[in-house]
Amino acid sequence: MTGEGGKRWLARKTWIDAAYDPKMRALAFQALLALVLVFLFVEVVRNTAANLEKQNIASGFDFLARTAGFDISQTLVPYTSKSTYARAFFVGLSNTLLVAVLGIALATVLGFALGIARGSPNWLASRLALAYVEVVRNVPLLLQLLVWYVAVLRALPMPQGALALPGGAFLDTRGLHLPRLVVENGGGLVAAVIGLSLIGAAWLWRRRRARADEPADPVDVVGRGLVVLLPVLAVLLALKATLATPQLGRFNYEDGLSIEPEFLALLIGLSTYTAAFIAEIVRAGLDGVPKGQREAAAALGLSRRQALRFVILPQALRIIIPPLTNQYLNLTKNSSLAVAIGYPDLVSVFSGTVLNQTGQAVEVILITMAVYLAISLATALLMNWFNVRTAWAER
Amino acid sequence: MRATSSFLCTLSFLSALLLGASPVVAQSSTLEAVKKRGQLVCGVNTGLAGFGAPDDKGNWTGLDIDFCRAVAAAIFGDGTRVRFVPLNAKERFTALQTGEVDILSRNTTWTMSRDTSLGLNFVGILYFDGQAFMVRKSLGLKSADELKGASICVQSGTTNELNLADFFATRGLTYRPVVYERLVEVLGAYANGRCDAFTTDSSQLIAERTRLTDPEEHVMLPDLVSKEPLGPAVRQGDAQWSNIVRWTLFAIINAEELGVTQSNVEAQRSSSNPEIRRLLGTEGEYGKGLGLADDWAVSILSAVGNYGESFERNLGQGSPLKIARGRNALWKDGGLMYAPPVR
Repeated sequence: MTGEGGKRWLARKTWIDAAYDPKMRALAFQALLALVLVFLFVEVVRNTAANLEKQNIASGFDFLARTAGFDISQTLVPYTSKSTYARAFFVGLSNTLLVAVLGIALATVLGFALGIARGSPNWLASRLALAYVEVVRNVPLLLQLLVWYVAVLRALPMPQGALALPGGAFLDTRGLHLPRLVVENGGGLVAAVIGLSLIGAAWLWRRRRARADEPADPVDVVGRGLVVLLPVLAVLLALKATLATPQLGRFNYEDGLSIEPEFLALLIGLSTYTAAFIAEIVRAGLDGVPKGQREAAAALGLSRRQALRFVILPQALRIIIPPLTNQYLNLTKNSSLAVAIGYPDLVSVFSGTVLNQTGQAVEVILITMAVYLAISLATALLMNWFNVRTAWAER
Repeated sequence: MRATSSFLCTLSFLSALLLGASPVVAQSSTLEAVKKRGQLVCGVNTGLAGFGAPDDKGNWTGLDIDFCRAVAAAIFGDGTRVRFVPLNAKERFTALQTGEVDILSRNTTWTMSRDTSLGLNFVGILYFDGQAFMVRKSLGLKSADELKGASICVQSGTTNELNLADFFATRGLTYRPVVYERLVEVLGAYANGRCDAFTTDSSQLIAERTRLTDPEEHVMLPDLVSKEPLGPAVRQGDAQWSNIVRWTLFAIINAEELGVTQSNVEAQRSSSNPEIRRLLGTEGEYGKGLGLADDWAVSILSAVGNYGESFERNLGQGSPLKIARGRNALWKDGGLMYAPPVR
């Protein structure tokens, strides 16, 4: 056999070998599948664009730069009817984020309280928590939102007969009207001082946590409070900040900070609903900590409270956090039910009004889906990071 | 082996998806599709008295409904061969674009952007409307200019929402918009006191006012803040279908002008007036140009009557709304209703 022929034979041999090698075959099929998927995706995009064109339906993302022409009731970023559709998108997005972040915070606090109460030796507390969980988590969220919005908040009096709350606030069917802080100039300075104070307080808190085995130092608690309060007060005084209290105008309370009932209903509905699920997760997490840990804590002379705080909860958190992430994601996505009660969230502003005014359904829906995906992935990443931090430190 | 066959299954499924992904072809004939189906599919309001609403027996009535029946009659000689698809403001254009409905006859305002960028064609004006405000009588308001600082309820995705913003922006006044997706939610919020004013097309306001528990306590402000020409729309790209729908509209307007009614249409076929003879197909072959029978207009008029009859039955003196003809009177009576001649 000549050298050349042998090489060819060898090459053929490798091909045949590869064809019979399960690893190579799997790889080949996966590559084929990937190719088909890419082809499918490209084809769908092309097909959609061609058909939109054929039907004379406008396509592309140019519409984002055009004037929106409609107003939005709650805007965190500056917006008027002369702003662009892109800005309307950011208004919707910021409203979604606002209700999601506040909802997550409230649901977590309420959920942990309920979850701990569920395992409490106090019969009344544990039964009440059980009743709450069973009722709230078994009624559809949409119904709960409508109950909060239509049955509770709509039943409030008209502005002329508004309920006066302490501190110059008013509650009526148009929402909650709070006094607003008015700073002549230098609002940025106030924000900066508040921010710096919070960082200072956080630093003190971390330093204290490092000595967590020591009993809480009352001086330290007061010190932390002062670190935040004093500079803020000083700056406010220096800038002659005043409180603008809500005044009843011809139709509505004006001058103050008005919180729309749509927002209140959505926030209350989302956080109370999600809290029921979080409570179960917390209960499961607490039950998951071996009984011996409780007994050991008691043997060391820790009170029930101390045992919970320093022994049980830190260990339970490892069990709690992964399913807790799911609840945070659920809350964020459930916030799109806002559309049922007229809260201007992303879905209602962007894939509602903007979609209908521009008619560009494909683009608008794509953007909306991408945004929810991004918010959810970001939340999951943050929670994973937190999970790693609280993970058991193996010794 | 199993892996391979399931993979082939996946592949064939994907290719099926691909082949199936070719959507409604705009060029195909809507008339042929409707005839083959044996039924016209008409997108209408989910419930607006006078324009399109089901009664307690589930029968649809209204000006928009009559128009759908008229088109069905022109095609099939039978005004009952229609299926009504109730659509809210947000769904309506997509439903027409995707071919879910053949006609959108749902008190929809004809605007330039809708006509040019949605792949739709408006065929004419069935009702000349304008946007107005309704408020509680107890507020004692005389004009919409006094609504500074008020909370105003409006339906999202409508021209009303845009006109409202324009109205206040041009006057430099502030207001608080309260926006809902469905009209029934808008009305509910207004009735509950969530808003000081409720704004939409004046015909809708009149209709919605009758649904309030205390209609006498509410008044419409005299300002009309916009032009709202309401009319039926079809998909672009099918000229024959546009023509059928457009000439159905012209037929009912011309019939009123010529005095042809639901009851006298058969007798009028032998009229000596050449205009009537052409409209009713006694003379000429005008139906052929539309791809319909020459007595197409006779079928329309036997099914729903002329424009004036439909108006009075649904919105005018024969209805609880008692809306005057006003701008919607014939051009020769001082209104705006005018149709090109059949000749």
